[in-house]
Parts: sequence; structure tokens; C-alpha cells
Amino acid sequence: MTLEDIRKRLGAVVLSRNGDMTIAIEKAYCADLMSDVLAFSMTNSLLVTGLTNAQVIRTAEIADIKAIVFVQSKRPDIETIAMADEKRIPLMVTSCSMFDACGMLYEQGLRCEPDRSHSNE
Amino acid sequence: MNDRCTEGCFFLTGKDFTNAGAASSNLKEILESLGIRPDIVRRTAIASFEAEMNVIIYAVAGMMQYSITPEMIRLVIQDMGPGIKDIDLAMKEGYSTAPDYIREMGFGSGMGLPNIKKNADTLNVSSVYGEGTTLEFIIYLTKPSQEGP
Amino acid sequence: MKLRDIAVSLSLECKTPGADLDREVTGGYVSDLLSDVIGNAGEGQVWITLQVHINIVAVASLKGLSGIILVNNRTPDEDTIRKASAENIPVLTSSLPAFELAGRLYALGLG
Repeated sequence: MTLEDIRKRLGAVVLSRNGDMTIAIEKAYCADLMSDVLAFSMTNSLLVTGLTNAQVIRTAEIADIKAIVFVQSKRPDIETIAMADEKRIPLMVTSCSMFDACGMLYEQGLRCEPDRSHSNE
Repeated sequence: MNDRCTEGCFFLTGKDFTNAGAASSNLKEILESLGIRPDIVRRTAIASFEAEMNVIIYAVAGMMQYSITPEMIRLVIQDMGPGIKDIDLAMKEGYSTAPDYIREMGFGSGMGLPNIKKNADTLNVSSVYGEGTTLEFIIYLTKPSQEGP
Repeated sequence: MKLRDIAVSLSLECKTPGADLDREVTGGYVSDLLSDVIGNAGEGQVWITLQVHINIVAVASLKGLSGIILVNNRTPDEDTIRKASAENIPVLTSSLPAFELAGRLYALGLG
């Protein structure tokens, strides 16, 4: 599904100014702990989180996450949104809980499968 | 890639959460501009980010030195900080000495050092408890990309 | 739906033998931030997290949660298990990541 489909399904509001909402997303991960996001590592995925600080954007950039959905109407501050705009990471916010957001996206076919590119395992 | 060695250094300030991750982000851009394979860039960026976050979360200040040759990427991250009392324990997934306010920021899940180890080809951790920690790790550019099982 | 039914459906492993798995589960709550759970979780919900330290038990007790499911193959600390058993808070584990677990729970009708 595209980011626009996700936005509609979650009733979400787009926060970023220049995010590409036509990007196709197949995978999603939900987390509030940044190392968890990095440990699991899925490229080209959507991050669903309740954490709104700037590190979420940096973590997303490092982990090649394509877009972020904030749950429970939690909004990052203006500087954080600006950072995401600069890095071209679309941001959305939904009033849904993390549980409901994940449930709905799972229902629509998004899955959570890690990359298999860690060469030291 | 040419035969040059690209070297540089980032200074890290403890508790500077506004800029936390900026050094790794810059390093990632440098790697991408050198045309390094995306999976290598990703592994390096993740390891570098975790190391950088450890300095910012726990230490007073630190330095990240990088050197990139056609064969390898080498990072040395040194800090002045509390040091690590038990390195083996620190390497365990889920073990964390982070205070609550750090956990509330989304860090301190105890995955930092394990994440670095998972992504680097070699890792050396040395520390003097009460003084500081040095992390040194290498990611080889000349190994073939290995798919997981 | 009882916690026991969920454990069977999703192949969860129970780490607290003796804790009451027959509680009725009112819904699911996914968060790794304790302050968020304290502020927003509802009574009877089952909490999905990868935090394994002892503080999670106090939070679950405080909010009257029906249990805790640790994801990504996380195992609870020894003292977490001890405290959870003492306070009758079931702690279960799953190899699935939180997104998948929440997805399947939601599909079971907990949404």
C-alpha cells in the first residue's frame, strides 16, 4: 500500500511539507526504543512509534526507514518536523493507539520481516 | 573507488541530544558519496550511530575518528566518561545501565553494544572504569556480501 | 477472550507458572515507554513490550493490566519473573516482533 493509502486507513494527518506520499510500503515496524529499530533493520519500511524526539528522525535516516507514523496524536516539535523535511522522510500523525494502528495495517497486508543482510550472523 | 584514504574526525558533546546522531548521519553521507555498497553503508551507519549515542548518553565528551580505504572502514570512538565496569555484561542484549530519563527518550534498551558487534567485522572495547571508553571497529569492504540463512 | 486462549492461539510461552491466565482481556496496548503506559493503558488490557526489567511489573499492577507479552524473543529478568509471580501478573513471551503480534491479536478481535 502507498503512504497515502496508509494515511487514509489510519485517518492520519500529514505533518511534513515535501514527503512523497506515493511511495509503496510493504513492511512496517513498531517501536519506541531506537536501538530496537536498528537491531531489527528493515529497509524501505514504515516506522510506527509514540516517540517524537529528533532521534527518531535520525534513527530512521540511519536505518533507511521510508516514513514515520506517530500514534495517539503525539506530534514532534517544529524543529523535528523540519529535520524530517530536510531528510525527505514523510511524517504522519494518527489519533489511533499503537495497537489499533498496527492491527489495521496488518489487516491491510503490511508485514514485519527483517532484512537478511547482516553478514556476521 | 580510488586508492585514497579518506579520514576525518567528529567531536561529540555529552548530553547534546539535539545533535545526537548528526556525526553518524554525516559519516553516512560521506560513505554514500564515495560510492560504497548500500549494505556496507547501512552496517557502518548503524554501528556508528550506536557508538555515538553511547558517548552522548553516558560520557562528558568524545571523538569519533574514521578512516576509509579501499579495503576497509575503521572507526575509533573514544570518550571521557564513566567507563564500563563489566564489558562482558555490557555486551549482553537487554543489559543496560541507563537511567529512567534515558529510557523515556527511547534509548537505554541495552542493545547498543550488541548492535555494534552484529554489524562490524571486528570490535574492540577497552575501558577504564571512572575515566572513559574506547571502541574500535572495522567493516571490511572487500568481503563478498553474505546473505543470512 | 481469556489470556489463556491468546497464549494458545499465538503460541506464547508463559514465564510465570501459577499466574492467573483465565483473566478476561479487554484489549491490547503496545508501548515501550513506561510513562506512556502509566498515562494511557486501560484496565484489563494485555501489554506488548520488549522492556524486560522489573519496573514493568509495577506498571502492570498499577494499571490492572491482564498480563505482559514480551516480544522479539526477549526473556524477562529473574527478578522480573519473581515479582510478577508474586503479584500475579502473567508474563508471556513471543518470538514475533510487536507489529506482527499486535496484528494477529487485532485479527483475533481484540481491536
